[in-house]
Order: sequence, then C-alpha cells, then structure tokens
Amino acid sequence: MAAIAELPIAPAATPLRPPPFGQPSFARTLADHGLEPLRADGIEVFQINVGKLCNQTCSHCHVDAGPHRTERMTRGTAEACIRALERTSAPIVDITGGAPELNENFRYLVDASRGLDRHVIDRCNLTVLLLRSQRDLAGFLAEREVEVIASLPYFLAERTDAQRGEGVFDQSIEALQLLNRLGYGQGGRLRLNLVYNPTGAFLPGDQDALEREFKRELDRRYDVRFDRLYAITNLPISRFLDFLLASGNYERYMDRLVNAFNPAAAEAVMCRNTLSVGWDGRLYDCDFNQMLDDTVGFGAPNHITDFSEARLGRRRIVTGVHCYGCTAGAGSSCGGTTA
Amino acid sequence: MSHYYDDRDLHRFGDIGKNAPELWKKFEAWYSATFAEGALTAREKALIALGVSHAVQCPYCIDAWSEKCLETGSNLDQMTEAVHVAGAIRGGASLVHGVQMRNRTTGLSM
Repeated sequence: MAAIAELPIAPAATPLRPPPFGQPSFARTLADHGLEPLRADGIEVFQINVGKLCNQTCSHCHVDAGPHRTERMTRGTAEACIRALERTSAPIVDITGGAPELNENFRYLVDASRGLDRHVIDRCNLTVLLLRSQRDLAGFLAEREVEVIASLPYFLAERTDAQRGEGVFDQSIEALQLLNRLGYGQGGRLRLNLVYNPTGAFLPGDQDALEREFKRELDRRYDVRFDRLYAITNLPISRFLDFLLASGNYERYMDRLVNAFNPAAAEAVMCRNTLSVGWDGRLYDCDFNQMLDDTVGFGAPNHITDFSEARLGRRRIVTGVHCYGCTAGAGSSCGGTTA
Repeated sequence: MSHYYDDRDLHRFGDIGKNAPELWKKFEAWYSATFAEGALTAREKALIALGVSHAVQCPYCIDAWSEKCLETGSNLDQMTEAVHVAGAIRGGASLVHGVQMRNRTTGLSM
C-alpha cells in the first residue's frame, strides 16, 4: 500500500543510545530535586507491545517498526499477559506495537481484557483500518468500546507525510472519517484521541492550544472530530536519534530538554504507574526502555511469567538520558502532558 | 572576532541583565506576559513575532521565533505569509516616503 514509506532503514542490531553531551545524568538531576530513586506507585496501565510489525515506516518511530520486522508476540505470551492481568487491579490495558492490530493475537487480547472488565486502548496508526485484511477492524473496536489513540502529527498532508510516509495523511483522514461514522470522537463512550508529536527537532507547544487548533482545522477542512489531543515529545532514541545526529540538532535538542526539566513532570512521569510488556514477555518500565533493551531492574521480576504485582508495583525505575524527554516542560507520556 | 553574530549568544541573552538586574527582571516579566495566551493565541503572537523579527532583521529572533511557530502549530505556508507581511510593510514604508520626495521635489522646482 502507499502508506509503506520506502525508507532504507535496516533493523538496528544494537539499540542506539543518546551519546554523552556534557549535561548531568538524569539520575543526578533527579537527586538534585530530591526525586531519586524514582519508584513505581502501583500499576494502573498494563501496556502490551505485541511487536514491531507495522504497515508504515515512520521516520521518527522509536520502535523502529516496519513491514520487514518479524518480532511478534505469540499466543503463549499473550495468554501469560492475561493470566498476569487476572492477578492485578490495573484498570487500563494499553495495546501498542508496531501496528498492534496486525498481530494475530490482538483480538484475543482485546476480548480477554474486556472480559476482565478492563478499559482497553488500541494505539492505532489509522491506515491499518483501511487494509483489506482489516476491513472489520473498526467495527470490532467499536463493538467492544475500545479507546482508539491515533497518531496524526499535523492537520496538513505535507508535514504528516514527511514523517509517516507518502499518502499516509489522506488515508488517515479517511480512517478518521470511518471512525466518526461509527460514533467515535463525538464525546461519548467511543473515545478517539489523537497523538501529536513534533515533525522535527523542536518541542511540542501547549497541548490545549494545539488541541483547539487541530479541532478547528480538522472539522473545517475534513469534517473530522475527535475527543482529546495528546502532545508527546519525541525522545532521543532509535530513528529520531538518528535524525537528530544526522541533522546536527542533537546537542541543541538535548539542551532544550535538560533546560526544560520540570520536577513536577518528573514526579508524574508515566513509568510510575505503567508496566510495559515486550513482545517476548520481558518487562520494562516504559515502551522507550523496551526499545533500549533496558528491562526492569533492581531485582524486580523481568518476565511476564514471573509477574508479581507486589514486587513490580513498588519497583525502582531504570532511568537514562532519554528520560529528559518525558520531564521537559509540561511533561510527556503516552497520555500527553503530565504536569 | 570574525563575525558579529554567533547563534550561541542567544543562550547568553540573560547576560545583559548582569549590570542592570532590576531592569532585566522587569523586561522578563513584561516579555512573558506579552506572549501569554490572551485576546490573541500564543500561536498568533508567535507569527507576529516572526514577522517583526524579519522587519527588524534580527537573526537571533528569527531562529527563536521560527522554532516557536513550529512548536505552537504553525506551518511553513503561514510562516512564509507572516514574512511577506513584514516585507510588505517595510517595502510600503519606503515607498510611502516617495510622497515626501515628491513634495520636496515640487517645493524645489519652478
């Protein structure tokens, strides 16, 4: 399909980490503000990353996802996730990828989680809804009242396609209109939220102001409606780090993040209430640590088969330089700003 | 010094307050209040600031406000129009002085 960008990106054998840049370590900055060690405060969001397969190849993707990726969650691991979920009170199951819907166990995870009366989020790239093999997907999500959190970096084609691939914007609008027809994004039970992330080496502006702008423009131009817009900072890992280094923006971008460190955002950072499960069942503090292969540490069980809410719910968080991305300004998380 | 403008100097903007801290504090407060959301949005103010940056031809301001325009959600079409507004005012300001030229020429002529 046209959404598949033709970017010559090979899967990275070793995750690329942000190089030193002459600023204090994240742990040191936390300590300076009396926030070290950072600890989890329960598990509210049970996030499952089912793998790296995607029908798009976005230039900023922190997962390095694409059609060529073969890492996929098996049925056995998916069932282990549900067994763990049965033993938690985590109210939210957040399913991500890649394009999570392309995993053969996605619908099982949705149904089993809903069966446990959990709120389910699908992190959707929108174009997947138009694939021939996924024609019934939008209806499936609506019937189960799955919240859709969809990526749309801008309300015009040029900037969206520059990040997500040629033709993605038009297909995204078509998919949003399909979701609207099913009742999504109208302020009711079918929640449709958009994710905005900057299309370059700059930080997101005020989330509420951007939301107003997106609502006005998407309604006026395309008759599209949605509920909330989440402004997310691009973290300096994976493909976005490649871009920062190649474009000469790395040090300036890191300076912006460090200088904008906000202790209130650090206290509310998403890893404190999230557990991230990888496609192979390994456990992480967040989806970004997952891409760096940094499993949960400090003695916490690091595989879903060893899940223990008591031990994971108060675990010490593994941090790194990339964490400055979640603590800059108004903060950033999978659910937008935090402070 | 090999050149007058260095982009790293933008980060040293606060140095200008070292010998007049009270005045700098007042400038900072006024500057922050000016660009807060009000009757105009922060995005609209950033576009105005971008246009003015070109009118006063300040490279520091152009760097800073180009980035702020992107952050607040403007696109290159809108930013380019803002620069044209600045250019048109500057060009118009030159041209309108042509009336003074004509007045003076008429006054001097037989």
